[in-house]
Amino acid sequence: MKPAVLTGEHFITGDVACAEGALAAGCRFFAGYPITPATEVAEHMAVRLPDVGGTYIQMEDEIASMGAVLGASCAGAKSMTATSGPGFSLMMENIGLAICTETPCVVVNVQRAGPSTGLPTLAAQGDMMQARWGSHGHYEIITLAPSSPQEMFYLTITAFDLSETYRTPVLIMSDEVIGHLSERVIIPEANAIKPRSRPKPKGRKDRFKPFQPGPNGVAPMAIAGEGYGIHVTGLTHDEKGYPVMTAEAQEAMLAQLTGKIHRNLEDIIRTEAYRLEDADLVIVSYGVSARSSLAAVDEARQLGIKAGLLKLVTVWPFPEERVRALAERVKGLVTVEINLGQIHLEVQRCAAGRAPAMLVGHAGGAVIPPERIIETLRNFS
Amino acid sequence: MKYWRVPLDADQIEVTRGIVHIVAERCKGCGYCIAFCPRDVLEVSPRYNAKGYHPPQVKRADECVNCHYCEIICPDFAIYSVEASADLV
Amino acid sequence: MNKTKERNEHPLDELLRTDRIPHIWCPGCGIGTAFSASLVAMKTSAIDLQKTVMVSGIGCSGRGAGYIKLDSYHTTHGRAIPFATGMKLANPELNVVVFSGDGDLFAIGGNHFIHAARRNIDLTVVCVNNFNYGMTGGQAAATTPCNARTTTTPRGNPETPFNLPFMAFAAGASYVARWTILHTRDLTKSVEEALLRRGFSFIEVLAPCPTSYGRRNKQKPLDTLKAYQERTVIKHACHPAEVQLDFERGITLGKFFDLERPTFLDMYDRTCRPQERIEKSEAV
Repeated sequence: MKPAVLTGEHFITGDVACAEGALAAGCRFFAGYPITPATEVAEHMAVRLPDVGGTYIQMEDEIASMGAVLGASCAGAKSMTATSGPGFSLMMENIGLAICTETPCVVVNVQRAGPSTGLPTLAAQGDMMQARWGSHGHYEIITLAPSSPQEMFYLTITAFDLSETYRTPVLIMSDEVIGHLSERVIIPEANAIKPRSRPKPKGRKDRFKPFQPGPNGVAPMAIAGEGYGIHVTGLTHDEKGYPVMTAEAQEAMLAQLTGKIHRNLEDIIRTEAYRLEDADLVIVSYGVSARSSLAAVDEARQLGIKAGLLKLVTVWPFPEERVRALAERVKGLVTVEINLGQIHLEVQRCAAGRAPAMLVGHAGGAVIPPERIIETLRNFS
Repeated sequence: MKYWRVPLDADQIEVTRGIVHIVAERCKGCGYCIAFCPRDVLEVSPRYNAKGYHPPQVKRADECVNCHYCEIICPDFAIYSVEASADLV
Repeated sequence: MNKTKERNEHPLDELLRTDRIPHIWCPGCGIGTAFSASLVAMKTSAIDLQKTVMVSGIGCSGRGAGYIKLDSYHTTHGRAIPFATGMKLANPELNVVVFSGDGDLFAIGGNHFIHAARRNIDLTVVCVNNFNYGMTGGQAAATTPCNARTTTTPRGNPETPFNLPFMAFAAGASYVARWTILHTRDLTKSVEEALLRRGFSFIEVLAPCPTSYGRRNKQKPLDTLKAYQERTVIKHACHPAEVQLDFERGITLGKFFDLERPTFLDMYDRTCRPQERIEKSEAV
């Protein structure tokens, strides 16, 4: 067996850093299907997993990949898959199953431009609303957006932590640039990483109710083969896990599925602030666009524009409170993203009546240059 | 029951006896147990269960040889047989 | 003395979620019998039931997982096999049984089926074939016989159905059999063998669907079972290409194929973990 945590300084791509982050978090199962620009995550997992006691399998498509990830998670393994737009679309059905059955797993989307086959080799951030609402029905989901290979490493660990803690799929919405970008990545000592694990059931096995929430709103999770004899279904179910076909049961289940996220927002939501203290124009951005935005803040400041950046590390659930609080005191908000307005709609919603919100968007295929952001900031001030 | 060929040791073979148990409330009245009982032990009961189906009833109890066929063909876990001696203990 | 007793413990009750019985399956539906045979086989095979899992897809047969008192997973339509694959690979100690229907396993899930057979994932797949989509009211399936009537083939089915045993065999399954619910003893024995056979095992179970399929094709449930009695021929080791499924000309039943070959995990360990293998053999 080789070490799962490759402590040291590396020069690696975001995709590889993501795979290393997963291994460091304790991921021991990966099912995937090749797709540009996420293939390297699978390739790296194929090399590394057997050496750390894990299993890699290339499935027949992304639907099957997602199915296998859930099966493995229910059998006790921390599991992950990685894909891009078309594969992400195919995974939506089983992401819904993961939400409904409260099965932890991590799904990485290294975004490329769509719709359809789009621009397979070029970056975009056009799947952000799909991340939020792509599976049918109403639900909450956790989504993180890394903006460097180093963050690909750390946020993959965070994704597993949140997924295990809250028994829910966690999406990592990266993009082609971050996925393929090689940068310095520092991997800490193994004992400096303390991965969280799903809550385990206690007490009598015959009385265990697999969907009865614990104190933090999350039910302990029994895994297959432990002797709990649980039933898990994608149908609307009660605390015993039994299907109940009534509006009341539906309401109770949705209250549980959304409530466990709502009541733990403090632990889930992460944002980063840059020069926000005295800013009167705030850029809201995430992923690769946050890098352009960071450069734009400094350049704008040199031009005398008091700009700042709110970087969304957690994109979903949307950091509403933080955006609202900023909107109360600034002159305007500018969302920077490689799509024609998705997270912008959320910013607009939260800023409504408080401050104007503008979009610096792009249809996809290129990173937004800082100059375009500065131009918008100038027009604002 | 008539045999077209009688085993040479027929006199030594002890035919098991069975007792049929019917879980009437689970029955959906498909009639498979009645139609396929090799000893014609069962018939349709005139009474209804709570769901409105006619469960089977035993008409020739002494004929049951505890072959369990009613038990394994039943799609509803509503009938089974046990060996007579064991049951009487 | 009245020897008929009203008792409420069935010998299979220990394996049933009795608080969910009666199940949803219609009067005369064969799924219950196929399910019952699978439970009996689980008991008689003496496998560790605590380490046994049932995975189902969607549809009438897919409800099977909801009635077994073991760890059971009712997944998405057609995806029971990928889910089961993940389970088996993450914990090879588990005995994973997939219990689902023909529409689920062979139309929407057909691709997953052939790939799991090709990889020889150690699963036991029991497919209840009732020739149509029962849950949605009787639409044509990939198994509906040519000319048969369903709600979506009101003038007769213009398509040709799959030969499921042949498909399983061609894709690489280790064990292939077909029975009807009338042949429940043979079926039980087959499921038992399949549970003990390492590798991908497939059993097709023909079952009546009186409410949806039978009603439109003039088959009363008892008539269907009589047809199973009269028109079936048991031919063990029959080449799967030659097995028939024709209510007029005959239905071939039997164990068609049973041959152990390395499973996915055997091959994975051999090719991807050679170092570990050496360490293990040194330890011995």
